Amino acid sequence: MTRFLLRRLGQALAVVFGVALLTFLLFHAFAPDPVRAALGQHANASSVAALRAQWGLDRPLLQQFWLFLSQIIHFDFGRSFVNGDDLATLIGNGAWVSLAVTVPPFVAGLLISVAVALFVAYHRGGRIDRLSRALFVGGMSVSALVYVIVLQYGLAYKLGWFPINGYAGGWAAPHYLLLPWLILLAVSIGPDVRLYRNVLLNEVRADHVRTARAKGASEARVLVRHVLPNAAIPILTNTVSSLPFLILGSLLLERFFSIPGIGDLVVSSLANGDFPVLKAVTVLSALALVAFNLLTDLLYVWADPRVRLA
Amino acid sequence: MIEGGLTLEPAAVLDADTPRAAWRVRACAALLALYALVALLGWMHLLPDAQAFVGGSQQPPSASSPALWCGTDLLGRSVLWRVLAGTQTAVTIGLATVAVALPLGLLLGLVAGWFGGWIDDLIGWLYSVVVSVPGILLVTAIAYAMGRGLLAISVALAATEWVGVMRLVRGEVLKHRAMEYVLAARVGGASTAQILFGEITPNVVHVAIVWSTLVLVAAVKAEVVLTFLGLGVQDGASWGLLIAGAAQDLVNDIWWPLATTVTAMFGLIYSVSVLGDALRDAWDPRLDRAAFEA
Repeated sequence: MTRFLLRRLGQALAVVFGVALLTFLLFHAFAPDPVRAALGQHANASSVAALRAQWGLDRPLLQQFWLFLSQIIHFDFGRSFVNGDDLATLIGNGAWVSLAVTVPPFVAGLLISVAVALFVAYHRGGRIDRLSRALFVGGMSVSALVYVIVLQYGLAYKLGWFPINGYAGGWAAPHYLLLPWLILLAVSIGPDVRLYRNVLLNEVRADHVRTARAKGASEARVLVRHVLPNAAIPILTNTVSSLPFLILGSLLLERFFSIPGIGDLVVSSLANGDFPVLKAVTVLSALALVAFNLLTDLLYVWADPRVRLA
Repeated sequence: MIEGGLTLEPAAVLDADTPRAAWRVRACAALLALYALVALLGWMHLLPDAQAFVGGSQQPPSASSPALWCGTDLLGRSVLWRVLAGTQTAVTIGLATVAVALPLGLLLGLVAGWFGGWIDDLIGWLYSVVVSVPGILLVTAIAYAMGRGLLAISVALAATEWVGVMRLVRGEVLKHRAMEYVLAARVGGASTAQILFGEITPNVVHVAIVWSTLVLVAAVKAEVVLTFLGLGVQDGASWGLLIAGAAQDLVNDIWWPLATTVTAMFGLIYSVSVLGDALRDAWDPRLDRAAFEA
């Protein structure tokens, strides 16, 4: 058991190191020069050198990488190139806004997807099943961008049911967030229903399900009481593995609705070459993902003794 | 290092054998051939000039000439010609991404599954690093670092999409390497390379090909979003740029640029998805039947 834990922990650390290396290489070895981006093509040599020194870009690459690693260890990512803001506050503020955008549709989407998947699985092979399949494949064939544009235009601009964009904290937030919530829900339900339906159908032929049927349980009861609990593990895995992404918000939605979350931060940092922000967000989200995976593994070990042998 | 879990979506209940479904698959294949033709004409520079002025500003669709079938944009350029040029870009990026991701994932999957040990650990580490960075961030970072444009997007997408192919192929190789036909080949004196590429590859490559249809769809969708965010194609021939412009037009009730672009995009992604499903059903029918006969 301890061995397993140590091994997983070691792997997690190796992955974090790899992510740091990848991020560093991308932004320091390959990316266009941020100093030039900030000062323009015609800046004189001395001001370029001064800014380079101020941002620490004149030091040897190895030393810069070491600095980056120590930033990760200390959880202190320095300041934004563009406005000098402290990144911890910047990202912290954005994270709460992003969570407000993503968490409600995530929870609602999980419940709705499982319910619809059960309904479709009940009608498997029938007309409803075929129709829903065509509908969801069709729905997934349209870019999320189009959902955002059409719904924002139709529901907010034409019908005036929602504000077109903007954001306010506190109790005013739902007023602005309702439409983004609806859009996120619409985009996420198709793939999830398809996945959950297939997970359910893989379980439908198991022996214990046949036994339940033989005992005279109705099909609905069989699905909810016997199939669903056994399909719960893949459904939960899918759910847990998307949790870390909630904090990232949505690049497109936040851009379109002028919501000041992490997604919006990332897009504007891309536009003005604010590397520290991009590096910090990349590494932090990878950290969150690794931590969640580690946690999921531990939960499996706790829930399923067979895993301990692995 | 790499946990099992869900690989391809576990297969669906199938209606692949009904005449209507067979007809749908054929229709999608024909549609795809049409897209391929458009791309081919584009590569040979035979498509009509998307930048030419063919009429007045924002003319609604009319039947008078093919250039006007889908109306004109603000500058009086043909919406249809621009969408066709965008189609060429989308198909190019989709195919280029698959062309890099498929062989890379296949090779790494074969090697990881066959050799195991530290090689497997190393490839697994690489896999974990790539999947630990949220896809959109990694793609944007690579596209940004590579200086935007068509090539940058393809490389960025391939760099993130090979992982799915690798994981699937590795899992298949683990199943296959103890099978009798592999043992027979080894007894017959085949070298490791012969076994890997001559014996195992033909038996596992279908999984990678089915996955490639998903990669293609992901690449086409990602190109649109990346271009929209300003990281992609810069010269006007992209669905992402068209959609970005169309969003502005919509406010003035100019609906045809958006409608044309969305239709073109829908047709490509839908037919690739249907064809991918059909291929999976045809090549890997085990799970489907089981689910269907319940």
